[in-house]
Amino acid sequence: MKLNQTLVVVAGLAAALQIATAGNVTGKITLKGTPPPEAPIPQAKENADCGKLLTAVPTTQHWVVSSKAELANVVVVIKGVAGAKSTGDAAAPALMDQVGCIYTPTILAVQTGQKITVKNSDPVMHNVHTRPNVAGNDEMNKAQFAKGPDLTFAFSKPEDFLKFQCDVHSWMFSWVTVVDHPYFAVTDKDGNFTIKDVPPGKYKIVATHRKAAPKGMESDIEVKADGGKADFTLEVPAK
Amino acid sequence: MNQSPHNSWLHRFAVLTALATLTLLGIGGLVTSHGAGMAVPDWPTSYGYNMFALPFHFWKGGVFYEHSHRLVASGVGMLTMILAVWLWFSETRRWMRWLGVIALVAVVLQGVLGGLRVVWFKDQIGIIHATLAQLFFALVCAIALFTSRWWVERRPPARLNGGLEQAGSETGAPLRWLFLSTTILIFLQLIIAATMRHEHAGLAISDFPLAHGKLWPDMSDAAVERYNQQRMEVVSLKPITTFQIGLQMAHRIVAVMILIGVAACAWRGAKTQLRRLTFTWLGLILVQIALGVWTIWSNKAADVATAHVLVGAFSLVTGVLGCIICNARLAGNKTPHVVGDSQCSTIRTVSV
Ligand SMILES: [Cu+2]
Repeated sequence: MKLNQTLVVVAGLAAALQIATAGNVTGKITLKGTPPPEAPIPQAKENADCGKLLTAVPTTQHWVVSSKAELANVVVVIKGVAGAKSTGDAAAPALMDQVGCIYTPTILAVQTGQKITVKNSDPVMHNVHTRPNVAGNDEMNKAQFAKGPDLTFAFSKPEDFLKFQCDVHSWMFSWVTVVDHPYFAVTDKDGNFTIKDVPPGKYKIVATHRKAAPKGMESDIEVKADGGKADFTLEVPAK
Repeated sequence: MNQSPHNSWLHRFAVLTALATLTLLGIGGLVTSHGAGMAVPDWPTSYGYNMFALPFHFWKGGVFYEHSHRLVASGVGMLTMILAVWLWFSETRRWMRWLGVIALVAVVLQGVLGGLRVVWFKDQIGIIHATLAQLFFALVCAIALFTSRWWVERRPPARLNGGLEQAGSETGAPLRWLFLSTTILIFLQLIIAATMRHEHAGLAISDFPLAHGKLWPDMSDAAVERYNQQRMEVVSLKPITTFQIGLQMAHRIVAVMILIGVAACAWRGAKTQLRRLTFTWLGLILVQIALGVWTIWSNKAADVATAHVLVGAFSLVTGVLGCIICNARLAGNKTPHVVGDSQCSTIRTVSV
C-alpha cells in the first residue's frame, strides 16, 4: 500500500516535471511549385439561398498558399511520444462553422473523444454528414436548420482527413483529422504551426497536406526543454 | 384468336406507367448526379414530416431532387399497383397476370431498397437500386408491348420468318442470338455503370480518348495517389481507386463491344421487319456513346450524366423488347400465348 502511494507520487512528480520542461514545437511549411488554379463553384452562387449570402462565385480551397509560398491547412503530427494519450475528453470542443454555405475551416484536427461543435451561421438549412473510413468512427447524417442549434460530433478512432459534407449543397465539404494524442497542429495562412507542450525526446514529425506531395512527409525531430523546430517543403505533385 | 381481346385502356395505362417510370428514372439519376442521395437524412419520414406534407421551404438544393424522387416514386408505386390489379382481373393470359404481380413486388422492393440506402448509409444498395430500376422499366415496357393491339393481333409470322430466315442465311448468324447477347452486354454495362456512379468518386478517368494521358492508364498505387492529389474536386467526391479506374476501362471496352453488337443487329436486321427497331437501337447507342464522351469532357455535369443514364435505359429496353419480339415471332403460331417465357431456342422449330 505504502509502496503504491509512493509510486503514485513519483509518477505524479515525473508528469509535472515533464510538463514543466515540455516546450513548443514550431515550424513553417513552404510549397514548391505552382498549384493548379482553384475551380470556381458557380452552383453555390446560383443557389437561391446560398447565392444571397455570397458576394462572388466562391472557389475551391484545395491550395491555400500565401504570396511567400507558405502553405496553410497542413496537418503536422509528432509521433512516438512515450505514454502519449488522448486528452480529448477534457479538451475544449473544436469549432466548425458553416458560413455562406462554405465550411470554415476546411481542415480541422482534433483528438479522439474531443467534441467537434458544428455551428450553422447561415439562414439556410444544411445537413452534416460524416464520411469516416475507419471502423469504430460513426457515419452520421444530421439535419441542421437555419441558424439552428449546434451539432456535436466526436470520433473514437484516429483517422486522417475524415470528411464532413452537406448533401443539400454538394460543394460543401471539409475534413477533420482525428489523432489519439495532443501533439499535433494545423498550419495557418502563413504556413506556421505550433504544437504545444511536447515533452523532450527524439520523435518523428509528419506533415500531411491533402494535395501536396509527398503525402505525409516525415522527418526526425529532437525536442529539448525549450522546444524544437521543424520546417518542411512540400511540392505540387508532378503531372 | 383465343387471347384476351385487346383492351386499349389497359394498354394506355401501361404506357402511362412506363412514362412515369421513365420520369422517375430521370429524377433518380439526377439525385445521384447531384450527390443528393442523403440530402433527406430520414426515411420513410422527411425531416420528421410525413413525406407528403413536407413544407415547400425545405425543397431546395439536394433536398429538391431527393424529395421529388420519393414523391414520384410513390406515384409510380400507385400506378403499378393499379396496373397489377387491372391485369389480375382483366387478363385471360395467365402469365400476364403474374407479370403484373412481379412488377408490383419489384416496385415495392425498389422503394424499400431506396429507403434502406438512406438509413443504412450503404452506397452498395444504390447499385442494386439503380440496376433494379432499369429492369423494372424494361418490365413495364414489356407489359405495355404485350397489351398493345400490335402484339395481341399479331400478323401471321410467316412474312417475318421469311425475312429473318433470309437474313440468317445471308449472314450465317441468327439475329435472335445477336439480340440476346448484345442485350446481355448492355445489362452488364448497366451494372458496371451503376457501380461507378454509386461509388460517388466522380470521374475515375478524367480524359478521353486517352486514359490519364495513356492508351492504358497507369494503375499503380503511386499513380492513383497522384491522380487524387491532382484533382480539384468542386463537389464532395470519394477518392478514386485502382478498382474504379479498371471499371471505367471495362466500361469503355464494353461500350465498343455493344456498338459492334448493335451494328451487327442493324446490318442483319436491315432486310427484316425488325429493320426500324434495329436502326433505332443503333441510333440510341451512337447517341449514348456521344453522351458518355460528353460526360467525361464536361467533368461529369449532372444533366449530361443523367441523360447518359436515360439513353442507357432506352438502349436496354430496346434490346429487351427486340429479344421478345424476335423470339416470339420466330416461335410462330405454335405457342402464341407463352411468348413471355419462350426462349430463343424455340427457333429450331421454324428455322428448319
Ligand atoms: Cu449545406
